[in-house]
Amino acid sequence: MKLPFALFIGLTLGASLCQAADGDAGKGAQIYQRCLACHSLEHNRSGPRHCGLFGRPAAAVPDFTYSQALKSAGLTWDAATLDRFLENPLKAVPGTKMAYAGIKNGQERADLIAYLKQATHDPAKCPQGSSH
Amino acid sequence: MSSTTPQASTTTDARRSFLSGFGKFTLSATAVALLAGRDRLALVGSAEAKTAGNDVTILNAALAAEQEAIAAYQVGATSGLLQKPVLDLAVQFQGHHKEHATALATTVKKLGGTPVAAKAKYTFPVEKLKTQADVLGFAAELERGAVSAYLGAIPILDDRELAKVAASILGDEAMHWAVLRQALGQPPVPSAFVS
Repeated sequence: MKLPFALFIGLTLGASLCQAADGDAGKGAQIYQRCLACHSLEHNRSGPRHCGLFGRPAAAVPDFTYSQALKSAGLTWDAATLDRFLENPLKAVPGTKMAYAGIKNGQERADLIAYLKQATHDPAKCPQGSSH
Repeated sequence: MSSTTPQASTTTDARRSFLSGFGKFTLSATAVALLAGRDRLALVGSAEAKTAGNDVTILNAALAAEQEAIAAYQVGATSGLLQKPVLDLAVQFQGHHKEHATALATTVKKLGGTPVAAKAKYTFPVEKLKTQADVLGFAAELERGAVSAYLGAIPILDDRELAKVAASILGDEAMHWAVLRQALGQPPVPSAFVS
């Protein structure tokens, strides 16, 4: 009977770790407010729009002017690359125009990424045509 | 997408007012002292020049956001949705952003950089701005974001004097945010800390 118990503990612990890594989109929506001086979901601002972010190569919004550094970074945006970039943009891509110290708290990054994933797949927030 | 651009709603008078505002611009005592001290950077060697280059990138990012805020307030001020005294407040806040932008552009030049130019057009969600509260809410979003943007920029500025000026701008934008929240009937200061 010891093995199933250990398995239960392992699965429970694993599930809670996955939960933390997944992030909370509701909390992420609050964190996203920090980004609103330079970004929005649907429209380019002084930073590029976020609709269509996941799976898009870095520096690929066609009507936005990027730094050469980001163009050359060879990144495709997903949870892992966003996590690395958001922690310290200038370290992840030296020369990026995103002059921001970064979000040092891993859970906050996970929450923000969860929100971005949810919001950018929501047709009400990212209508057709805003994801290119 | 039914968004529009500030140019579409910017009148000639507003543009003239904007330009005359620049003519009346005066730097704060802090900025004057700071900028005067920057002249020597044109003469220094590569290490300091590289540091200045990093700061130029950061200041240009702030300048781009300030220029967009100026355009956003222009949309709000010419929307016909703002009533006095809220309209006067919006124009005053726009004036602050113009002062920030001018100070930042001047500093970028003093550091040997090229100030980023304002965009020919900006796209704002004007289709969602139907009431005074909508405009105030949009402005509050921008100001809140600006506070975070400066919070994120200050730690990575190499020149601590520039960081002081950036903190001074942050304080101003935090006050804008609080006043806008108050006007919206929200608690003006929602928490003890801002991130």
